[in-house]
Amino acid sequence: MATTATIDTTTKNQWGGGVAPMNASYGKLMMWFFLLSDAFSFSALLITYGLIRYAHPAYEGTVSEFTFSTEYWPIPEMVFEAVPFLHGVHAPLIFVGIMTFILILSSVTMVLAVEAGHRMDRKGVIKWMLWTIIGGLTFLACQAWEWSHFIHGTAEGTVNAMGETIFGANLTENQYGPPLFASLFFFITGFHGFHVFSGVVINFIIFFNAVVGTYEKRGHYEMVEKTGLYWHFVDLVWVFVFTLFYLI
Amino acid sequence: MSHEETNNVQVIPEDKEKTKKIWKVAAILAIVTIIEFIFAFTLPRGIILVSIFLGLTVVKAFYIVAEFMHLKHEQKALIWSIMIPTILILWLVVALMVEGSAIFNIRN
Repeated sequence: MATTATIDTTTKNQWGGGVAPMNASYGKLMMWFFLLSDAFSFSALLITYGLIRYAHPAYEGTVSEFTFSTEYWPIPEMVFEAVPFLHGVHAPLIFVGIMTFILILSSVTMVLAVEAGHRMDRKGVIKWMLWTIIGGLTFLACQAWEWSHFIHGTAEGTVNAMGETIFGANLTENQYGPPLFASLFFFITGFHGFHVFSGVVINFIIFFNAVVGTYEKRGHYEMVEKTGLYWHFVDLVWVFVFTLFYLI
Repeated sequence: MSHEETNNVQVIPEDKEKTKKIWKVAAILAIVTIIEFIFAFTLPRGIILVSIFLGLTVVKAFYIVAEFMHLKHEQKALIWSIMIPTILILWLVVALMVEGSAIFNIRN
């Protein structure tokens, strides 16, 4: 990739053509700069969350006595404490922890696919891409459950300042805390979830191309590497979403 | 980049050392996440805990970007073109959290 035999080596320089600047192919470099711009979009959302969260009153009491109120920002571990099939069991952050592990594991299988691509191992690429797709789909399914639980809310609901009982959450009001809490939840995890979804679609295209032998004919598996960058980025964003939304 | 057709593809055998390193990084990411979990339930909430969480997040981000995305092994010019804007963003995250509590103090 980096060397092109047809160019006379004596006239070769960084701006004269025939060399790959930064020793990276065009596609890979552009993927890096796309990801940088995507990082700007995500950080805009996360910075907004950080600002709004600390501009609201925090809950002062002990965790065990915590109740939902629209007066103060909720403690995340009290909001996200449900696990599928375990109705009524208090399991703070367990489900989101499982989701984090699923995404990290699918990132690992992606690196293994890239590594197999470097060795021209088509079977390896197919196997690891398939695992990555399964990981991504599992994550999306988990998020769908989490959204549905968040929207429907608890059986008790929360009484707001006007004396009305609110169940679950929408973009204007929610039972967990100030209206902005649910809005930011939908925007941030939704924007990330859409990235995961498009990542799964792109991964599937790459998987399909590997199966039909497109990259073997081409002589390299660089496309796997470029999609890999995107997929790791999605994992990276989740690491930040996890900290800022679920831990702090 | 070569686009010519090749029919006999030589599969290079797997380098166990490389695969081992990938799983090692995965283990580090898992362990850091578990540590964050333990801290979330044992340490009192406050500015120290927030700083610890942000620090551990940067550690995880480093391993994902440096090893999984392979940035550590790229040329210096590429590393810095990505890192400098990112470092400024991280600063902005912290700065606007502080700004948020300043807004809160003015309101009350």
